[in-house]
Amino acid sequence: MEPNNQAAPLVVVDHVRQTYAKGSGDSVMVLDDMNLALRENEIVSLLGRSGCGKSSLLRIIAGLMPPSGGRVTIGGREVDGPAPEVAMVFQTFALFPWLTVLENVEIGLEAQRVAPAERHKLALAAIDLIGLDGYESAYPKELSGGMRQRVGMARALVVHPKLLLMDEAFSALDVLTAETLRTDLLDLWHEGRMPISSILLVTHNIEEAVLMSDRILVLASNPGRITAEIPVTLPQPRNRLDPAFRALVDDIYARMTARPSGKAAAAGTFPGTGISMLLPRVSPNLLAGLMESVAGEPYNGHADLPLLAAPLQMEIDDLFPVAESLQLLRFAEVAEGDIRLTDAGKRFVQLDSDGRKKLFAQHVLAYVPLAGHIKRVLDERGAHAAPASRFRDELEDNMSEEFADQTLRAVTSWGRYGEAFAYDEASGVFSLDNPT
Amino acid sequence: MADRDLEKARRAPLLGLRPAGFGTAGLRPNLYDLAIFILIAAAFVLAAHGARQMAAPSTHLVSNPIVLDPANLPEYALRTTLRMFAAIFASLLFTFVVATLAAKSRKAELVIVPALDILQSVPVLGFLTFTVAYFLRLFPGSEMGAECAAIFAIFTSQAWNMAFSFYQSLRTIPRDLDEVSRHFGLSPWLKFWRLEAPFAAPGLIWNTMMSMSGGWFFVVASEAITVGDTTVKLPGIGSWLAVAIDAKDISAVLLAVLAMAIVILGYDQLVFRPIVAWADKFRFEQTAAQQRPQSWVYDLWRRSRLVRRTTAFTGWLNEGIASLLQRAARRRVPASATASRAADLLWGAVVAAIVAYALWRIVDFTRQSLTWDDVGTALLLGVYTLIRVMVLIAVASAVWVPIGVWIGLRPWASTRVQPVAQFLAAFPANVLFPIAVVLIVALHLNPNIWLSPLMVLGTQWYILFNVIAGASAFPTDLREASTMFRLRTWQWWRQVIVPGILPYYVTGALTAAGGSWNASIVAEVASWGDTRLRAAGLGAYIADATAAGDYARVVLGIAVMSVMVVACNRLLWRPLYRLAERRYRLD
Repeated sequence: MEPNNQAAPLVVVDHVRQTYAKGSGDSVMVLDDMNLALRENEIVSLLGRSGCGKSSLLRIIAGLMPPSGGRVTIGGREVDGPAPEVAMVFQTFALFPWLTVLENVEIGLEAQRVAPAERHKLALAAIDLIGLDGYESAYPKELSGGMRQRVGMARALVVHPKLLLMDEAFSALDVLTAETLRTDLLDLWHEGRMPISSILLVTHNIEEAVLMSDRILVLASNPGRITAEIPVTLPQPRNRLDPAFRALVDDIYARMTARPSGKAAAAGTFPGTGISMLLPRVSPNLLAGLMESVAGEPYNGHADLPLLAAPLQMEIDDLFPVAESLQLLRFAEVAEGDIRLTDAGKRFVQLDSDGRKKLFAQHVLAYVPLAGHIKRVLDERGAHAAPASRFRDELEDNMSEEFADQTLRAVTSWGRYGEAFAYDEASGVFSLDNPT
Repeated sequence: MADRDLEKARRAPLLGLRPAGFGTAGLRPNLYDLAIFILIAAAFVLAAHGARQMAAPSTHLVSNPIVLDPANLPEYALRTTLRMFAAIFASLLFTFVVATLAAKSRKAELVIVPALDILQSVPVLGFLTFTVAYFLRLFPGSEMGAECAAIFAIFTSQAWNMAFSFYQSLRTIPRDLDEVSRHFGLSPWLKFWRLEAPFAAPGLIWNTMMSMSGGWFFVVASEAITVGDTTVKLPGIGSWLAVAIDAKDISAVLLAVLAMAIVILGYDQLVFRPIVAWADKFRFEQTAAQQRPQSWVYDLWRRSRLVRRTTAFTGWLNEGIASLLQRAARRRVPASATASRAADLLWGAVVAAIVAYALWRIVDFTRQSLTWDDVGTALLLGVYTLIRVMVLIAVASAVWVPIGVWIGLRPWASTRVQPVAQFLAAFPANVLFPIAVVLIVALHLNPNIWLSPLMVLGTQWYILFNVIAGASAFPTDLREASTMFRLRTWQWWRQVIVPGILPYYVTGALTAAGGSWNASIVAEVASWGDTRLRAAGLGAYIADATAAGDYARVVLGIAVMSVMVVACNRLLWRPLYRLAERRYRLD
């Protein structure tokens, strides 16, 4: 195929908005005014954390989901359903367990009513291309994760799409397998052996985005919006250890941890304000673990997040919620891709188990508005008990049921660890009496 | 979230033992439940009314009298089996149509799902009264009418839980696979065969197996039936048995037991095992299983050349139908939910109007034929039967739970006992009733007490094999941990094994209780020659009313029994199952 960057873009996303209705009749904005253009012969990454709507955007482009507003065109035609020139690779592979590799690859062709002999030939060619020969008659459950995702890729390529969508296609694989698959895909791409003109990939892995794409679009959450467009001009094949590569990764880390301007320093990280702040479910053990890592050698209380993430094998989806929870609790400060323990954080690491619980309780009650609210209600009541439904209702005024549940579970876990209050699952009641 | 859905979907068919209808329906009866109940009751009332008008022809089907000659028995056994398969095909057809409709149309779903739930609880043998009269009218002077009535009776014992299972599978299709199907633009036909049917297969096959096990009971019960003046004896094992009872021929009864055993063994080996072995590939799992179901018939079949030809043929057939159905693949985005608000209101109004009419018919019919005393009698008798069922399930549990646990924890024992327990569950207990009756008569026992065990004779095995399945699935590490900490016997039962097998036990006990209610219609009244034993209960009430052709009391009896079964399910089994699912799930 000819490089053809001047022509009309392949995909245009034009003022796309996505909202979903809440029980109370209001709606929650998932995507706000998305605009992007995907040209031919480029790989573009949508980089963002979970909940930023990147998967929703991908599904809107794939025609699996209608946008609430705005429009998407592919090759000049407006998308109003799954378009034939688009194929998608799924995070969960999404293979039919009762079909063989060959039958799985053929399914798209079968849907297009390609004659059996012809689709057989095409499927075998795709299987060959993706390095699956010999596995044609195997069932997915007999294959390793990496091989399964190859089937997913063969299935996508066999229908000769113009645009390949990849929805966190490598995130369910182990590090080594994922790297092999990425490299193989890039090789096929650069050798021009794939019948596609563009790839749009969704990822939460910064290094993956830098490794693979020509352009990175950084998405922020609540509502999802593009905050930065970063061209990657490093020559392929790229080397993760190359200083320029590292610098770019560091830069993106910094952009993604930059404080939103105009908001209070620590409270700004989680959406929502006051008691209806949406809390992530982060185990207190993980919080303590990260504080210990940062406090210890070689960081001594101040660490570079990408450097910290690598040996811990944590991706940003795992690491950011922990770091930001520490920030909310004033145990650490996160900015510009760095994490720095506060004095309280340093003291926490030194304390014994009981001391840690006491300190943790103080911080949870002081800095997590919902925890303080629960404690106050319990103190006021004669019986020192209150049903969880009372707080859930309050939360659901401002967030979806699912988020309310997540927030309540998070605050329960933190409250229990600090022994600030107790919760009985069977009766669904918060109380002050911890079993002694 | 996709992960969680996937996880849920993956688990359900693996468990396979989940009773149909427990996943989605709520605990509290809602307005739709009530409406559906009224509709079903009205249908019975109308049927009863019609049957009374018709004054069923008093023909004895004497063209082919049943002869107690062992040479005839193979043919009778075959006729019984054919009836059974005719019913199962009808049930499958019903399942595919109705369950698909319920899963695809929200309006249909609102009516179909509660209807299936209630119909599952209606005592099947009650249906016979009306259907015999109707079908005899439909095919005057031929056996066809009686055949249809029998097949319909079996169908009504099988179809509901199969449809429910299929509906639930359709509703829990993994999101990513659904997206793939839409993404590649699979036509509805292709999607059904590539995604929906395979995904639902394990659950459907399990429920079909349960249905067939239950079905043998009804095929035997429905072959020889007297409704008022009409006596029908279709050639089959059930009629053979009825004739043998009249003739007090104990050796003929034993022959029937033998024939039934052979039939069930044959159906297990030749039909079900191969299907289960074949369906193993549809299990929704990402890792290969350690143990696969085995079947020598399936292995033979796979090795033969026939299989390739059949596959080629079905493939060709499928392509043919697909191209017949060819139309532009639906590339439309689903319409927004709010748009159909007005249509919903209209739909609700239509349903309400029909329900109001149904209610009026019931009241009208009841006023003419029944008094409050009748209702009181039926309720009181219902309580007697309820007590019987509960006591028997408790006794059966006390016996079979310890035995089942003992067997289930020993792999060598469970592999041997499990097929036997499943065989016993399928074996129609009513074939054994005459033997018990002979004993009761000979020993002058009190029928009110001693007829009762017949109700659980056939259904207790559901408890046994579910408990065995639960105990076999109990994780080894938990067993080892409890051994390490030297838990005392009582503590071990209370804290380890009973919570561990609870979901399985509840499933088994629920099935057993439901079956026992049904069996009461046959078990509370038994005869041997001229001797007629009778236990006071709702089952005997329905049986007597049926024999007397008293349609009004049949309807009343069925309605009371249905209410009691539904109440038991809602107030006892479902909360127990929820508890088991929530607190004691091991995964």
